[in-house]
Amino acid sequence: MPRENELVIRGGTVVDATGSRRADVAIRNGAVAEIGESLDARNVLDASGCIVAPGLVDLHTHLRQPGREEAETVETGSRAAALGGFTAVVAMPNTEPAIDSAAVVREVKELARTALCDVFPAGAITVGREGTTLSPMAEMAELGVRLFTDDGAGVQDSRLMRRALEYARGLGVTLAQHCEDAALARGAHMHEGAWSSRLGIPGMPSEAETVMVQRDIELVRLTGAPIHFLHLSTAGSLKAVAAAKADGLPVTAEVAPHHFTLTDACCAGYDATFKVNPPLRTDADVAAVIDAVRAGEVDAIATDHAPHAPETKDAPFDQAPPGMLGLETALALSLEVLGLPTDRVFALLSWQPAVIAGVAHEHGGPIAKGRPANLCVVDPSAGWVVDPRHLASRSRNTPYAGRSLTGLVRHTVLRGEPVVIDGEAQR
Amino acid sequence: MKHLLQIADLGADGIDEVLRVADTFAEVNRRAIPKVQALRGKTVVSLFFEDSTRTRLSFETAARRLGADVLTFAAGSSSVKKGESLRDTVQTIDALGADAFVVRHASSGVPHQVSTWTEGSVVNAGDGWHEHPTQALLDAYTIRERLGGFAGRRIAIVGDIRHSRVARSNVAAFSALGAEVTLVAPPTLMPPSTEGWPAELSHNLEAVLPKMDVVYLLRVQRERATEALFPSLREYTAHFGLTAARAAMLPAGALIMHPGPMNRGVEIAADVADAENAVITQQVANGLSVRMAVLYLLLGSGVDLAA
Repeated sequence: MPRENELVIRGGTVVDATGSRRADVAIRNGAVAEIGESLDARNVLDASGCIVAPGLVDLHTHLRQPGREEAETVETGSRAAALGGFTAVVAMPNTEPAIDSAAVVREVKELARTALCDVFPAGAITVGREGTTLSPMAEMAELGVRLFTDDGAGVQDSRLMRRALEYARGLGVTLAQHCEDAALARGAHMHEGAWSSRLGIPGMPSEAETVMVQRDIELVRLTGAPIHFLHLSTAGSLKAVAAAKADGLPVTAEVAPHHFTLTDACCAGYDATFKVNPPLRTDADVAAVIDAVRAGEVDAIATDHAPHAPETKDAPFDQAPPGMLGLETALALSLEVLGLPTDRVFALLSWQPAVIAGVAHEHGGPIAKGRPANLCVVDPSAGWVVDPRHLASRSRNTPYAGRSLTGLVRHTVLRGEPVVIDGEAQR
Repeated sequence: MKHLLQIADLGADGIDEVLRVADTFAEVNRRAIPKVQALRGKTVVSLFFEDSTRTRLSFETAARRLGADVLTFAAGSSSVKKGESLRDTVQTIDALGADAFVVRHASSGVPHQVSTWTEGSVVNAGDGWHEHPTQALLDAYTIRERLGGFAGRRIAIVGDIRHSRVARSNVAAFSALGAEVTLVAPPTLMPPSTEGWPAELSHNLEAVLPKMDVVYLLRVQRERATEALFPSLREYTAHFGLTAARAAMLPAGALIMHPGPMNRGVEIAADVADAENAVITQQVANGLSVRMAVLYLLLGSGVDLAA
């Protein structure tokens, strides 16, 4: 007699990298036990009318812990992630202190033991993210760190970046770059263009991003090491990445939902909720981001979820910190705006980023017998309205307040545990 | 009109109305006792996060001459230094019963933000690089007073346009009133984009001067040279300073204007600043009447001016 299934996700359409089919998914011991018709279990999650997909994987989450617990914690951020359909997030290392040593990696992993999703800390490339000395990447890699970045800033020193790429290649890890030439971006608070000129806000040109993308592509050519480009936002950057890929270079790129849904015109009311780095760009850049995603030139959609306490965003625009929430809105925006078949949206949010993050053995599917049961169940036609007060994040800085979205996460399952049921976090 | 945050809030008709009402107050200001009670019982708060004694005194005098009570908030000696947020500062003062906030801040957009946090009216007294609408209104008043009107008039605004709130307001006001505006500066001192700006651009002061009815000079700050926007003040003056020789290229009767404070010998030669067609002190004098008009139109609707 077969052992009893713990959980069945019933009546949905299973979508993963291998295709799509109507099936129930049974789960036992945290893993997928069976895929088939009319399966049964003690607990049943209704998935009728829904897509059952591998849990989403965010390459770019700021959990703020340690150091900025008033903005977010591993607990609150992971709850937001689970509600957004994510079963894994890469935690950016611009914490206080920065994740630049085995000790801080261990601390974040310890905090993440009770999180509502898996948390994979990224390590800093340089000590303190100061851009001067290589961090102890090997000791962090031994703890499982697979991505390294100074996110929040780019590595400015070309010689140091070259050495970091070479060193990373030896460890089999990937560097991820926040592309922003500090000299061109100095003193800037939004995209430089017609709007910044009208509003009297110092702007950074698109080229502040593009020149670093182009430099790093040449360093990849030189070193043979892979690189991942974080949150690309300009037409020029995406063109450069497409050309590098055509040359066969090991480059990957992510884009953030706010860069394909919002423009610099949003800054017209001086609301610092719309302040973010890289900044919101022009209509032409938004179109270029969407085109690049549709053309398959972008590997992942990543949220750049960046919580900031409300009082910090009530400051003058040029004094407020950059960043916006993203975990709970990314999937719906991607389904709605990109005009892509559903399976391609999940590819960009789940199995492709899982490979870049080095977590494809646990996350991103495929949904098959024996695989870890990290899943999300999404109703693609259900509508909802973004209400900052009802987000799970400790902060409120969503740029989509009041916006109606289509595409609702019903359930999220982490290693067999339903951490979200009917849109409610279970812990 | 609830707030005056930028010139676009007024439009051509609104500007005309302010200038008309300012005429009335100019008459009041010539009286032996230059005071009316149009805003009696109203409270005007001057909220200056950036030092500007001349603008603050102009606004506060305007409010007092209208009979309003004036509260002065000086950021230097206040809660801002104790770490209070901008929003908390505004809401605290709002709780004292402010009818209008006159806001000056080094950051663009602060008057907009303040207007979302208070029930009172907000007057922008200069925000960052963005706008300084009452400066533009007093400039427009001065030009109209001297030249009679704006239709077909040519006005050059010369200098650090990029960082100038005065330039942004003046371009909007002068063009709305029918003037043709030319911005004159090296490309580094122009805004990164002038898409949609109703103005011509020039990098050659001497070429435009002979056609101008007004040349409006902006203050050039010494630190711009350290930002590599131009090599030195000396080189700036050599190409964009209004020297006596260049002033002589202006048509007869053309006005020379400056929002102050002037850098004599940099953007304007000392003898040019004191020339007969320089109306710089008149600009200051007109500021009072114009600011009275703005406060009156925001707060005093329905009050009989003759009272």
